[in-house]
Amino acid sequence: MTVQPSQITERERQPDAGLQTSGEPVVRIVDIHKDYYLGSVVVPALRGVSLEVYPGEFIAIMGASGSGKSTLLNLLGCLDRPTRGQYYLGGRNVANLSDDELSEIRSRYIGFIFQSYNLIPQLTAFENIEVPLYYQGNVSPESKQRVVELARLVGLERWLNHKPTQLSGGQQQRVAIARALINDPYIILADEPTGNLDTSTSYEIMKLLVQLNDMGKTIIMVTHEPDIAAYAKRAVHMRDGKIIKDEPITQRRVTSDGPVPAGAQLTASAGQDAGE
Amino acid sequence: MSAGPSLGLVVQMGLKSLWMHKVRSLLAGLGIVIGTAAVISLLTIGAGSRKEALEAIKALGATNLIVASVKPPQDSSDATRRARILKYGLTWEDYERFAAIPTVWRALPIRAFPAEIWYLENKFDGRVVATTPRYAEMNRLHLLSGRFLTDRDEDTFDNVAVLGFDVARELFRYEDPIGKSIKMGNHYYRVVGVMDYRIPSAGIGGSLAREDYNKDVYIPLSTCRARFGAWIIDRRSGQFTAEELELSQVTLSVRDVDDVRPTAAILKTLLEKYHDQPDYQITVPLDLLEDAERTALLWAVFLGVVAGISLLVGGIGIANIMLATVMERTREIGIRRAIGAKQRHIAQQFLVEAVILTAIGGVVGLVLGVVTPELIAFVADALFDYQVRTQILWWSLPMAPAIAVVVGVLSGLYPARRAALMDPIEALRHE
Repeated sequence: MTVQPSQITERERQPDAGLQTSGEPVVRIVDIHKDYYLGSVVVPALRGVSLEVYPGEFIAIMGASGSGKSTLLNLLGCLDRPTRGQYYLGGRNVANLSDDELSEIRSRYIGFIFQSYNLIPQLTAFENIEVPLYYQGNVSPESKQRVVELARLVGLERWLNHKPTQLSGGQQQRVAIARALINDPYIILADEPTGNLDTSTSYEIMKLLVQLNDMGKTIIMVTHEPDIAAYAKRAVHMRDGKIIKDEPITQRRVTSDGPVPAGAQLTASAGQDAGE
Repeated sequence: MSAGPSLGLVVQMGLKSLWMHKVRSLLAGLGIVIGTAAVISLLTIGAGSRKEALEAIKALGATNLIVASVKPPQDSSDATRRARILKYGLTWEDYERFAAIPTVWRALPIRAFPAEIWYLENKFDGRVVATTPRYAEMNRLHLLSGRFLTDRDEDTFDNVAVLGFDVARELFRYEDPIGKSIKMGNHYYRVVGVMDYRIPSAGIGGSLAREDYNKDVYIPLSTCRARFGAWIIDRRSGQFTAEELELSQVTLSVRDVDDVRPTAAILKTLLEKYHDQPDYQITVPLDLLEDAERTALLWAVFLGVVAGISLLVGGIGIANIMLATVMERTREIGIRRAIGAKQRHIAQQFLVEAVILTAIGGVVGLVLGVVTPELIAFVADALFDYQVRTQILWWSLPMAPAIAVVVGVLSGLYPARRAALMDPIEALRHE
């Protein structure tokens, strides 16, 4: 059931991508430090974190609040730069890029899923899924088709013309997941994706994430709930800005659904693996 | 690397954001609407009144000089001797002296006084203007029918009269006035002509007060001297005033505009020499024209400043609202940054919203600015019988909304910059 990493990583990227991921870890951080400055006081948030993430992995980063897991996620998401250390995303060091370059990286290679969904209120579900393409100047009839396909994948094709306020929490999170997928990113970063949802909706969302992972998506998820972490394949525990434990999850929770629905294509616009 | 969103897309997104906060957008845009409308309205009305003033002064003639009699201020000794008849003003001797000035080409004496004008039982309270045949020409008056006064009338002391438009209309509602007799004072005059309607404007007296030529009756000066003498006795409306006044006005023409000022200086010297009280006034239309042009310029600057201030206030309103919007939409900014928007995309978004707001406000203000002066003119005419002249300055029509858009860009810059420079992580955490 697990897709081989090479199947995803060897997809042809846009010519200007400049990132190669074949066989290599998609994410590699080396001795990352992050300090915050409160006035003259230095507050270390990360104190030498190293981590490798291979394509197709599903990692749960766990830890109490203040353990540095959110800081790590922000760094992984290129929303912030480390104080020290290297970060290779798809083989390219992105630790010291400019703000514009980081935006470009986020736009093309990273998908975000947030606890509070973070949809743009004045846009419809369709437009919310499409927004990342705006900033690439990449809106086309094909991309519109892709929005519809992703909406179908997350089970929202009937809700595309609704505004976020007209959708339930679970539905909003599905829109956010579709939005995270629109650019076919290297990694999907999920920050407490079920934090605002009730148990049964949480289960639905986790089922969807597991399904995406089964289709080859690399997912890094921050959570403090062991129940939710149990859907992942690997758990990284943090405390006081350091990784204290990094282990595979042996008793993985399984979702009741069988294999991936036939015909679901995550990478319809990239279009390479359809032929393989 | 990438082109970013197309302008059409940004505008579309901006419209959606503005539409989401309809009331706020409306209120923010209102400042620009009012500002733009104020610019155009003020310019339109300003240009209208300027044009009117200049026309009035030009009607006096730039090569003319007007010397008018004015009633001198009464001193206390006069008040004790009420029976005395007030004697003042220009005399025939003055007239002769004026006519002898070498630069003076033509001199036109006038006696004007209020009088009751009768035709059968119809009465009209008008004004008798005793003058010479050149009066019509020098004041640019046109005949409707008949003829104006002639030199022959002057020579023969004829009792003939030419009626102003209103006089003719009021006294002779359904009749042709020509050949009919009207009565003024104790004498009858034969109507020989009727003047065409003349828009009231500055004239006799030299001030810029509206002079209504339409209520005048013109008779030969020689006839007037013979029939009325120098006395003016006004018994209208139960009043009784008696004055002795030989000439109410002398209009002098010079050939060249350059002669106007030297001639004025000579006039002043002459009058100071022969009049021991200030019972005259010299009006130089050329000076008035230049004064009026200066005043009009000042007025235009003043109106421009007022309108500019209202646009500025509108701009501050936009900046304020945009700033509030940026704060309120901090989270949205964080989201957009997270999913790949660059700083300039965020700045662009808010700038475009500000520009859309001001552009729409500018266009609405343009329409309002064109309509408002007409409305003001209509209401002023209907309610107060006051004529407001309007003249649309065509260059102001594209200019005002263009300024509005510039205001939009300027007032949107700071909020847009604030939005762009937000830390994405902080912005995402914002509640």
